[in-house]
Amino acid sequence: MSTPTLHKHHIIQPRLYLTILIVLLVLTATTTGVAFLDLGVLNPIVALAIACIKATLVILFFMHLRYSSKLLKLTLCAGLFTFTVLILLTLTDYMSRAWGLW
Amino acid sequence: MSSTSIINLPNQQTARMPKNHYLNSGYGLKSWALTLDHKRIAILYLLTTLFFFCIGGLMAALMRLELLTPAGDLVASDTYNKLFSIHGIIMVFFFLVPIAPAVLGNFLIPIMIGAKDVAFPKLNLLSYYIFLIGGFFELYSIIWGGVDTGWTFTTPLSTHYVNTNVISAAMGIFIAGFSSILTGLNFVVTIHRLRAPGMTWFRLPLFIWSYYATAIIFILATPVIAITMVLIAMERVFGIGVFDPALGGDPILFQHLFWFYSHPAVYVMILPGMGVMSEVVGCFSRKRVFGYTAVAFSSVAIAVFSFFVWAHHMFIMGISNYSALVFSLFSMLVAIPSAIKVFNWSATMYKGSITFETPMLYAFSFIGLFTIGGLTGVMLASLGMDIHMTETYFVVAHFHYVMVGGMVSAVMCGLHFWWPKITGRMYPEQLGKLAASTLFIGFNLTFFPQFILGYLGMPRRYHAYPAEFQVLNVMSTAGASILAIGYLLPAMYFLWSLKYGAIAGSNPWQATGLEWQIQSPPLKDNFEEIPVVDFEAYDYEWLANKTRHEVTNVG
Amino acid sequence: MDSQVIANDPEETQSAHEHSPHLVHHYATMDQQVESASFGMWIFLLTEIMFFGGMFMAYLLYRNWYYDAFVAGSNLLSIQFGTAMTTILIVSSFTVAMGVFCSETRNRKGLVAALSLTLVLGISFLCMKGTEWHGIYVEHHVPGPNFSIETFVHPTDARDVPMSPDAAQHTQIFFFLYFALTGIHALHMVIGCSVLIFLLIRARQGAYTDGNPTMIHNFGLYWHFVDIVWIFLFPLLYLISRHPLK
Repeated sequence: MSTPTLHKHHIIQPRLYLTILIVLLVLTATTTGVAFLDLGVLNPIVALAIACIKATLVILFFMHLRYSSKLLKLTLCAGLFTFTVLILLTLTDYMSRAWGLW
Repeated sequence: MSSTSIINLPNQQTARMPKNHYLNSGYGLKSWALTLDHKRIAILYLLTTLFFFCIGGLMAALMRLELLTPAGDLVASDTYNKLFSIHGIIMVFFFLVPIAPAVLGNFLIPIMIGAKDVAFPKLNLLSYYIFLIGGFFELYSIIWGGVDTGWTFTTPLSTHYVNTNVISAAMGIFIAGFSSILTGLNFVVTIHRLRAPGMTWFRLPLFIWSYYATAIIFILATPVIAITMVLIAMERVFGIGVFDPALGGDPILFQHLFWFYSHPAVYVMILPGMGVMSEVVGCFSRKRVFGYTAVAFSSVAIAVFSFFVWAHHMFIMGISNYSALVFSLFSMLVAIPSAIKVFNWSATMYKGSITFETPMLYAFSFIGLFTIGGLTGVMLASLGMDIHMTETYFVVAHFHYVMVGGMVSAVMCGLHFWWPKITGRMYPEQLGKLAASTLFIGFNLTFFPQFILGYLGMPRRYHAYPAEFQVLNVMSTAGASILAIGYLLPAMYFLWSLKYGAIAGSNPWQATGLEWQIQSPPLKDNFEEIPVVDFEAYDYEWLANKTRHEVTNVG
Repeated sequence: MDSQVIANDPEETQSAHEHSPHLVHHYATMDQQVESASFGMWIFLLTEIMFFGGMFMAYLLYRNWYYDAFVAGSNLLSIQFGTAMTTILIVSSFTVAMGVFCSETRNRKGLVAALSLTLVLGISFLCMKGTEWHGIYVEHHVPGPNFSIETFVHPTDARDVPMSPDAAQHTQIFFFLYFALTGIHALHMVIGCSVLIFLLIRARQGAYTDGNPTMIHNFGLYWHFVDIVWIFLFPLLYLISRHPLK
């Protein structure tokens, strides 16, 4: 729920942007480094976890979602939800078509 | 006012059309082609979709003629394949999907919520032109050789085996998809942000709720068909193998992606009709729609459930049995919100003062036919039945009961109901009733025999059939010709009414809702000043009191 | 939700909100207009999530089916190159964010500088992408009639294990997904850069720093979204399929 004084909304200071940038770059370096290690099944998990963290940081701070109305947060959640439905329900088919091979 | 009719027209001797309205706010081609007025864009959409409806209808007529006799004598099987493909593609993507949202929705949503226009008028116009470009692609593929994959573009047939205009047809759908996305985006933002002061969510007409649900489906499902169509085109051009089993691809992946859009799209083709029903049933029963909240949320529930059921189109395509079970269960769940709506409309009519004007006749046929279509849908959702019935005429009859019996009835209902608002003039009521009855009879005669045909095992998409099916097919073809009269008749008297119809006044049905409180046809900006809403939706007692009060004042 | 606030408090909307020159006629207040614009943009990004969603599904399926082919294909891409591109995009996201800040604080020079930097970074990303594509083209790894499995069946590098022609054929699916994903991402970048040039010209004339940063704000959302897509493409295409199963 936004407040009537919305257009004077939160202006994020450059210092915060810079912090986020540095964190993002550090995470990029980490994920690249990890890719050279053979962790077996953990490789994709670590890489995608780091990607999710990076995306969250961009969404929350660069895209100001942290300071936006509930409606916008809900909008994003709706998209992620439908995306998950697409992936998971399609997987119900592929995974149960050949049990154990996934 | 007679007791059997609620129509309340101004005195025709003294009545005049309003001096300024959206139709005469500018003249000439440019004032229409570059208009940002949501009402004019709705009219543009109406003309375009009706044009496509005529093409699709013509294809249907040819198919029914071919099926008059068991032998494949009128058209060759190739031509027949093209006929049903074009019929499907045009009717689904260029008629049913846009007709209700882009025509009725564009015209009514801003007025009903008390706004001057949709949130992004330029996007609205852009979406019309995108639709037009998509339509041109489709016309191109029809005229230069046609397309014969069926509207479902089944791989690997569409990517490897047919030699028709699949790419341009797919691109037409891809482009028209963006038009749906922009329309949906516009509606969601409009409904969230542009409601008049006092117009809370639960004061919205139920029409708005169902259009909101439709818009959500547009936004979330359409992009998936867009990317799928791109993949089809690339597969055809480059032969990459993403859907080609010979190269390691999986054709069923295409089915998943395609139906992820196309099943929700099926609900795009019925939800707006349900919105129209709620308005009309309430108005002609002079009662508040029973269980407002339940009806409102059932629209949203249908939209949400629509994303969980797509694989029931794929039960025989080789998906896993476990997955089929899950999807079968979810599919049956859709019956719940649909039934809530049907029961609530019935409960609205219970002890209401029902009158039988044309829109109400269409509403009756909608409720009945949609119920049949819906219940046969439950039959098809059950695994065992589906394996027997799928790819037969049973399926054809099922979805025509929902699409034509449901949605087209609803569109006709909505057009009649709001025609006085759109044009300022009434259509001839007696002819309207005649047309509604003709449509109902013709429709049932066309499609009910197809249930039996399908049950007996006649497969769809063949131009010839065994002689024992002929009687039922002749009935169906005869029904189709009656159905055609049911469409042509309104087309003629609507045109007639543009010039000679009785002047309607602002509220011929004495309905509630903001759109009936303004002049017909509306001003270019709808409202002289934005109304403040201090009444609930469908408060017919409030309206009756108000009218009585006015009469006493005059008297 | 916002209009419900307005709805419950009609006085607020009707009262003397000074009429901003940026207000379009069918909106009551500037708040309503600004919120509508950013809501609209978010919904558009929602559709983009689903647009890429279909291809992510295809990726997930084929990576599980043909892991070996994905390893062979992925190892032909340079991680260093990918990291450099990721860094460039992340920095460009930062510069756009600074642009939004400048636009909100009405700093015209800052805005022009931030947007110019973004444009330079965006174009250099596209150039690197082009270089990488060219390399793959030279190797005949572009899916289609000219696709060659030679490299995988008869590896020149002694450390590589030769694949059977049948399995090697599946690398074509990897490269198709690579081109489809990066191609559509690059298309978004091209559209972004074109809009950016337009914004830059207008920003030099002082637009967006006169109290109406909506355009810059929405462009920022778009750019960040394209960045996020790359943040996921980078691990999917370059990082997670390096090591063969033991």
